[in-house]
Amino acid sequence: MLCDICHKIEATVHLTEIVDGQITELHLCEHCAKQKSMQMEQQFGLSDLLAGLVDFGKGVEEKEDLKQKCPNCKLTYREFKKIGRLGCSQCYTTFKRYLEPLLKSIHGANQHLGKMPLGCGLKVKSLSQVKEKNSLEDLKNKLQAAISKEEFEKAAVIRDQIKDLEKKHKAKDKK
Amino acid sequence: MTVNELLNHTSEWLKGAGPNSDIVISSRIRLARNIENKPFPHWANKKDSKDLLEEVAKVYKDINFLKSLTLLRLNEIDNLDKQFLIERHLMSHEHALDSEAKALLVDPEEVLSIMVNEEDHIRMQVMQSGFNLNGAFDIIDNIDNALSGKIKFAFNKEWGYLTACPTNTGTGMRGSVMLHLSGLVMMQQINRVLQAINKLGFTTRGLYGEGTKAYGNFFQISNQYTLGRNEQEIVDNINGVIQQVIEQEQLARQTIIKQHNLMLQDRVWRSLGILKNAFLITSQETIEHLSVVRLGIELGIIKNVGRNAVNELFILTQPAHLQKIENRKLTHAERDQKRADLIREKLTKN
Repeated sequence: MLCDICHKIEATVHLTEIVDGQITELHLCEHCAKQKSMQMEQQFGLSDLLAGLVDFGKGVEEKEDLKQKCPNCKLTYREFKKIGRLGCSQCYTTFKRYLEPLLKSIHGANQHLGKMPLGCGLKVKSLSQVKEKNSLEDLKNKLQAAISKEEFEKAAVIRDQIKDLEKKHKAKDKK
Repeated sequence: MTVNELLNHTSEWLKGAGPNSDIVISSRIRLARNIENKPFPHWANKKDSKDLLEEVAKVYKDINFLKSLTLLRLNEIDNLDKQFLIERHLMSHEHALDSEAKALLVDPEEVLSIMVNEEDHIRMQVMQSGFNLNGAFDIIDNIDNALSGKIKFAFNKEWGYLTACPTNTGTGMRGSVMLHLSGLVMMQQINRVLQAINKLGFTTRGLYGEGTKAYGNFFQISNQYTLGRNEQEIVDNINGVIQQVIEQEQLARQTIIKQHNLMLQDRVWRSLGILKNAFLITSQETIEHLSVVRLGIELGIIKNVGRNAVNELFILTQPAHLQKIENRKLTHAERDQKRADLIREKLTKN
């Protein structure tokens, strides 16, 4: 399929636009897609979206706010609002008071509950240990499948295999 | 390993194995990580970016897990190779746009790939065949831990891993599952299902990521929120939704068999007929018909064509793959011809 704009190059980018409830499809080559995406970004890009969210629930910023600059990477708050991306990890400290409401509106939450970097000198599970754990999960899935198909003899065999594997794991953990 | 060696290998995501592989193509987990205080790629100058790339290039060799990876510097490979890697889902389209100080680390099995200097300094992904997000997470969790022993990641206790875009802050994790939902599309139930998924805080996209159309009835479902839930919760939530979608798809397929069997038989055999007899075929038409043939195989209508042959064709018929096979640049018209030749050959052999 050739590009809908230049009609010369094969279309590799496929866009669906909804304007006033009308769905239009556009098939574009890479070059034309880039130009089109620039046009679209001018209309309404990710940065507008983010900027909109930053303003949400907060008064209009003072000029001073916009000039505030990250001491590490020199990104200003104005630039962040324009590009929608931070300049470095320190920006998160520099622009903390703007980011708090922003993160809350993006994720509906404000506190990280996931993992932490382990830092240097930490023991990492080997790939074989990971694979072993996967095979345990796999067996558990198979057990469920056997039970749902009422293949109880098969289920009993799998159950014993799981028990053995779990015993092995426990023995290893004790070591 | 070179880019060319990948050509004879079946991508992990197309192996057609793993749990629920009649409906679920693949499961993928991606983690975004950055190095503390270094400017993010979009804001870094050339020297910063080069230094960062060299740091990663040095570090990965010291990690047992990652020793076998091949480092591909994007300014050293041509555009065709880049397109080829995108088609294999080893890197993003965005990563290929500008090659300066960018690299891709890829393992020979194509389970793990790491983009250096994409939107974030490090973007790693692990791909597994079928419905197996837990398996993908186990692997990537270990790789992340191993890397965190060598690189000081940008992290704070309040907001977790700090990323260039605030939409990834927190776990920096995106889990996504690719599904083949022909039944729901045929029964015109797909929009209802996708709308429900979007309401629950998940994103749905086409085969090749953001903004792409769902050609061949392939849909990717991924989590939208990265902050405020831990990794296992995110995985569990996606698993819960995917389980429901699988059940809906199974139901749709059963309904089609029971109530629209004639239409189903007609569509399946027509699609196989076109693929086996065409002399010129576009990649879009190919995907649409392969999709129907795949459904036909899963439902036991087509018995003499293997799932693997079809899975393989999904990728081999992509533009960059065809040109790698022929080992030269092909025009648009030549590609349509070579594609048709390849499909006829592969399908009649089976």
